[in-house]
Formats: sequence, structure tokens, C-alpha cells
Amino acid sequence: MQALSDSFGLAFGLIVGLDPDLLEIVSLSLKVSLLAVTFALILGLPLGAALAIGRFPGRFGLTVVINSFMGMPPVVVGLLVYLALSRAGPLGVLGLLYTPSAMVIAQVLLITPIVVSLTRQTIAELDSQYREYFLSLGIKRLPKLLTFLWEARFSLVTVCLAGFGRAISEVGAVMIVGGNIDHLTRVMTTAIALETSKGDLALAMALGVILMLIAFSINFLIALIRPSNNSSITSKIFSR
Amino acid sequence: MFKLISRILVLFFGINVTSVADPVIVVQSTTSTANSGLYDAILPQFEKQTGIRVNVVAVGTGQAIKNATRGDGDVLLVHAKAAEEKFVADGWGVDRFDLMYNDFIFVGPDNDPAGLSDATSAVDALIRISSGRALFASRGDDSGTHQKERLLWTSAGIDPTTSSGDWYRETGSGMGATLNVAVGMNAYAMTDRATWMSFGNKQGFKVVFDNDQQLFNQYGIILVNPSRHPHVNAKDGQIFINWMLGEKGQMAIANYTLDGQRLFFPNAN
Repeated sequence: MQALSDSFGLAFGLIVGLDPDLLEIVSLSLKVSLLAVTFALILGLPLGAALAIGRFPGRFGLTVVINSFMGMPPVVVGLLVYLALSRAGPLGVLGLLYTPSAMVIAQVLLITPIVVSLTRQTIAELDSQYREYFLSLGIKRLPKLLTFLWEARFSLVTVCLAGFGRAISEVGAVMIVGGNIDHLTRVMTTAIALETSKGDLALAMALGVILMLIAFSINFLIALIRPSNNSSITSKIFSR
Repeated sequence: MFKLISRILVLFFGINVTSVADPVIVVQSTTSTANSGLYDAILPQFEKQTGIRVNVVAVGTGQAIKNATRGDGDVLLVHAKAAEEKFVADGWGVDRFDLMYNDFIFVGPDNDPAGLSDATSAVDALIRISSGRALFASRGDDSGTHQKERLLWTSAGIDPTTSSGDWYRETGSGMGATLNVAVGMNAYAMTDRATWMSFGNKQGFKVVFDNDQQLFNQYGIILVNPSRHPHVNAKDGQIFINWMLGEKGQMAIANYTLDGQRLFFPNAN
């Protein structure tokens, strides 16, 4: 366990010294994962809400399929994106392999099922409570969908954090599609894998400590801006 | 709303920071040249002299060759001569050149239970491991190291895969990961000297056998064939190969030392 205590010291030294390589990989990790979460939200929130309030044949099957995709192994997603973006593959002409864009694409594919699934769950609860109420007011589906998304916004923040957590912590997908190229596609997780393979376990652990610190900081900031009492539709209705 | 989306799209494509104007090549490479710090030492010299950026994808010989076959690289730098020659013969590479060499070594626990220090040859070392049923961590991943290992087992007349999962442990991983497994389970392993010298988790392991002609480790460099993959940056790839094989590159390789020891020996013709 010497490596563990060494690693805290190493981590502290890297942070305080503002090690340029560290800043580079931290910045790229955040850029890739935040961008991926943004796209996943744009795609996933409306899809999840629509799945929750919609009534169409195959709804049950689609829900099961999307829930299953939450368990997609990152390395498999990486492999699929690699095969698609490889020069020998269908999208090879785009030349996106071994770029941060490829990493974003892979992470979007990983996170979107989580966003869709958890959004669907959250909105479905609201829908089961207020479906008839909205029906009786004659409110159409789109305004209802937007209202539900807005009302559930605090629960949906947790959905964002779950998606971000999954993105920033995965290594299988970004390793294959990014190639862990120095100063280009090296992120925190691939750097940890590299240092482990070089036997520099203390440094690998130090990077892990720093990654966790970043995750803690983001979650702390988010928790600060959330009010402790969520307003609900019920209290709004009955306060009139 | 659309303004937001277009801003995000700009961010998405702008995330690729290098400008289109800089010449760039992708080198599909084995891991020993990367992990040992060789590339960190010589590539900046090349980039300074030519202005060409070199992006190294260090994955291990088997994967590097497959990637290059798919056209996902401009240059191939690995250490499996037979596989390299097949790569060129099949038309995926233009030509193969000797670049540099070092050697493979056997590493193991300090007490050396199978007595490899007394082995008379690399083949004898493997016979001792097999007859003693000593734990041995193999790459098991079709890498240059793995291919050399398989050759030695064949010379010894032994098929270790019949004991796979028993004393013969095939990790299917890179050299570093395999070494981590070996020291973790007190098993012998065969590794290239450069990776071992720069490995940070030796845990009391030592070099138990080396210096056999059979353990010679030759690195080769190949340009991916632009006739098969027209997008290949053959111009800059050839400049890189010429530099590596020429005086400047060979000297840069020779000058790279770790703890005062040379890890790679240039031997281009």
C-alpha cells in the first residue's frame, strides 16, 4: 500500500505545480465528456420524455431495448465506432478516427441510453399522476412534454450527473477510437491505463485521485445550486 | 435554439485542435518503443527538423499490423519480421527495412524456483519452466514478443497451450500489463529489455536469463501502401522513414539512454 500513500503526495504535487501535461489531459477529458453529455441530453431528454408519455405499439419493447443498452460495455461501443470510422469502414472518408470528435461520438452512444432510460422513468412517474389532469384541460402532448421536463428538472440534473460520470470514467471506448495519442487524444482514464502498463502505479493512482477530485468538485457545485425543497406540480395546483 | 446548436457544433468540430495545415502522420506501433520513452526522446527532434507531427498509436504488434492493413496509419513500426514480410508480400506495405534491435530477456522471482539462471539457452530456459511446471505469464496476443516466444517453444518441441490456465498463463495483454500480472502472481515472463528497464513495478523481480542469439529482437519499419489506401500520407510517411533509417534518426536512437543504458541499437543498412 506504499503506492497508495505515495500517490496522494504525487497528486498534490501535480496539482499544486500545475503540471502542464496534467492540465492538458484534464482539459481534454472535461471537453470530451461535457460535450458528449450535452449532445446526449439534446438527444435523450426529448426522446425519454416522448417514450414516457407516448402510447404506441412496441412501446414496451423499445423501453426494454433502450434499458438494455445502458449495460453496453464501453469497449464494445469503442469497437463499433472504430469499425465505422476506420479507413476500411463506411465512414472512413470523414477521417475522424484518432480524433477527440471520435471520442465524443463514442461517449454520446454510451450515455444517451442512460439519459433516455432515466428520463423516461422520471417523466413516467409524473405522467401517471397528472395524465388525466392534463387530458381534462385539453393540453396537447408537446406542451405537456415540455412542462414535465421543466418540472422534473432537478431529478434530471441527477440524470446528467449519471451520464457525465459514465463518460468521464470509461476507458474502453476512448482508448480504441482515440488511440491514446500523446497531446492529442490522451485523457485521464487512458493516461491511467498507460501509467499502469508502465508499472508506474503510484502515478496511475495519483491520476485516479485527481479524477475523483474533479468528479467530487462537479457534484459539489451542482448540489450547491439545487434548492433543498423541490417545487412540485401538486403544491402549485393546490396553492391556488 | 438553433444558435445554441450551431455553437455546440462549432465546439464539436473545433475540439480537434490541430490546424489542417500542419503535416501529420499516424504511426501504428508496438508498445516497447513508446513505453520505454524512445518516442518521447526522438520524435521531437524529427518534428523540429521537418515540421511534421507524428501521432503514435501504440497498441502492440498484432493490432498495429491489423490497423495498418485497414489503412488506419501511414507507417508501421513493429518487431515481428515474419509478420512484417507477410504484410508487404500481401501488398499492404511498400517495403520493409531493418531499423534497430535489442534483445528479449527472461525475468522472474528473486529465488528463481525453476533455476533459469543455470539455463544454457533460451530453449533450455523454457524446458526448465515447462518441466518444473513453473508459472509463466505469456503475452498470448499475437504480438512480436508473443510470436518470438511461440517460435522458441516450437524449437523446444513443447506445446505450452495444453497447460493454458494451469502453469502457462496467457494474459492476452500488452507487455506492461503482462509484467504486472507476472510480478503479481510470481510468474516468469519473457519481455524485451527496453520495456523491462523502464518498468516501474518490478517488485524484486530480476533478469534470470539473457544473452542468447535466439533472443535477438529486430524492429522493422514499413510505409503503408498508398496504392491500397490512397489517403495514406505517403509523402510525409516516407520522409519519416528516411529520417529514421538515415544518419540523424539512427544517431537519435543510439543516443537514447535510460539510467545510462542504451535500450535500442540502430542497425539500418
